[in-house]
Amino acid sequence: MTADSDTAVAAAPRPRLLPFAWDRVALPGFILLMGLVFGSLNPNFFSWTNLTNVARQSSVLALLSIGQTFAIVSGGIDLSVGSLLAVVSVLGSMQLVAFGLVPGVVGGILAATLAGAVSGLLIARTRIPPFIVTLGMLSLARGTAFTVTGGMPVVGLPTEIQWIGAGSLGPLPVPGVIAAVAFVGAHWLLRRTSFGRYVYAMGGNEAAAIAAGINVRWHKFFVYCLSGFCAGVAGIVITSRTLSGQPTVGETLELYAIAAVVIGGTRLGGGDGSLIRTLFGVIVIAVLGNGLNLINVSSYIQLIVIGAIIIVAVGFDLWRRERRA
Amino acid sequence: MTEPGALVSMQGIVKRFGAVEALRGVDLDLGQGEVLGLVGDNAAGKSTLMKTLTGVHQPDAGRVFFEGRPVHFRNPHDSRARGIEMIYQDLALVPSLDVVANVFLGREKTRRLLGGLVRQLDERAMEAATWDVVRRLRINMDSVRKPVSLYSGGQQQAVAIGRAMSFNARVIVMDEPTAALAVREVGKVLDLVRDLKGHGVSVILISHRLQDVFAVADRVMVLYGGTNVGVRRVAETTMDEIVRLIVGAGERVS
Ligand SMILES: Nc1ncnc2c1ncn2[C@@H]1O[C@H](COP(=O)(O)OP(=O)(O)OP(=O)(O)O)[C@@H](O)[C@H]1O
Ligand SMILES: [Mg+2]
Repeated sequence: MTADSDTAVAAAPRPRLLPFAWDRVALPGFILLMGLVFGSLNPNFFSWTNLTNVARQSSVLALLSIGQTFAIVSGGIDLSVGSLLAVVSVLGSMQLVAFGLVPGVVGGILAATLAGAVSGLLIARTRIPPFIVTLGMLSLARGTAFTVTGGMPVVGLPTEIQWIGAGSLGPLPVPGVIAAVAFVGAHWLLRRTSFGRYVYAMGGNEAAAIAAGINVRWHKFFVYCLSGFCAGVAGIVITSRTLSGQPTVGETLELYAIAAVVIGGTRLGGGDGSLIRTLFGVIVIAVLGNGLNLINVSSYIQLIVIGAIIIVAVGFDLWRRERRA
Repeated sequence: MTEPGALVSMQGIVKRFGAVEALRGVDLDLGQGEVLGLVGDNAAGKSTLMKTLTGVHQPDAGRVFFEGRPVHFRNPHDSRARGIEMIYQDLALVPSLDVVANVFLGREKTRRLLGGLVRQLDERAMEAATWDVVRRLRINMDSVRKPVSLYSGGQQQAVAIGRAMSFNARVIVMDEPTAALAVREVGKVLDLVRDLKGHGVSVILISHRLQDVFAVADRVMVLYGGTNVGVRRVAETTMDEIVRLIVGAGERVS
């Protein structure tokens, strides 16, 4: 703080070299490094088939992380998104079976958005913290998915739905395109609209946001609707890949969505963060999982590695911030 | 005490919080372009009086006049519409947002996109307007695109004042603007107060630092236990006298 205020207050600020932008290159550099290591250990890593596979597999996590970014930047969190996948998978599948493609897709997305709206309403209108409300929703949604199906998968889905998860647009995998479009749209929303600005303001200093006349309740509500909507789209992608409704789908995925956000360098607590950072966080998790698979590291070890990376990434980020401040 | 032609006049303001009578019939006059120091011990009612002026609180008795006409501010929106702005010590800014975003928070300039279907922030217009304010107030700032948390306390105060000014404020209330500042930054904020006065803006300055009040104010008003115990022209009083009024040892004014 002092170093900055010195130059800022002095009558003639002395020119000073910009500090090296670690935050801009650290994660991309790490991703590149991982690519080089995995690529040299297994040349298949860089094959188009493998890269599109990574995109396909990480699209669900990517979609969840988008909603999570909004929740975290607004000063909250959404623990329910993994369970919402199950709700979409089950209810969406039942509607797909009963009413066909379009009603099923719309109905599935709507179900998750509604669940998000319920969380949002509680968070906006009561003093119950987002952590607790969405923790409750996590259990509630999972329980609903099990109850509705009696624990059995829903089968007999129209096969056209597979296009969403397995199809290609030219050389590009459809779910990857969906996630990419969602990232661009969400980035615009967070960075270029009043709503996005208020998401930062609520998380950065809620009292200031209220004093500025911002309808904080309404915008909080909308944040969780948005997170639910993202989970809805992700749920459709997963449903199309499994071609069935699975009440067990997406367990602990909410934790990976949070991990992607914080690995990207977005601070828990709100007011700060970006979808570009989240994208890098998603890529780190996706590339790590894929690369370790390719070099035959067991999925148990993968869990250990990802855990370590979460802690190291956040530790590095804090260290960097303290040096800059 | 009512001065003819006062821009703001509060008369007989009473405010109770349950059993606590925070204000017991307070009068206040503020002239156009005048700087009024508002002093008093802790819990004397300074903040409460100002929140009554801006519509945060509703008085239990008493009246408020703006340009001679009675007004009733139901909330800060109403008072803002008349050009009254209050700068709170700590809930004024969002630290992680940049200067432009803070100055325009809650009333962003937008432009239509896709034939009016959606609205996008007009960053260019907001940045230009922010530079206008920064220049008008002669705030020393090399960039308006850095998070305000990277600026010193004095500069943050300047940003808050700039925000108030960009609402075309005619009255700015500052609650303890210098309390958290380093000594040399205090001078900058006091310079800003003088600049505001130069632009014809009226300022009410709440402060425990009498030397600050004496440096910029035209008059000082002292609250004691929710009562107005004295108003003095700075040129005609001494710090000793004001201190005596603050601790309740002075004679009361009628
Ligand atoms: N919202 C409130 N609810 C209940 N009591 C309040 C409220 N706001 C102020 N008070 C009480 O009113 C009295 C005056 O408080 P006020 O904040 O106006 O004092 P102040 O002169 O601004 O003091 P300080 O110098 O400490 O800021 C105090 O006794 C305070 O406890
Ligand atoms: Mg006070």
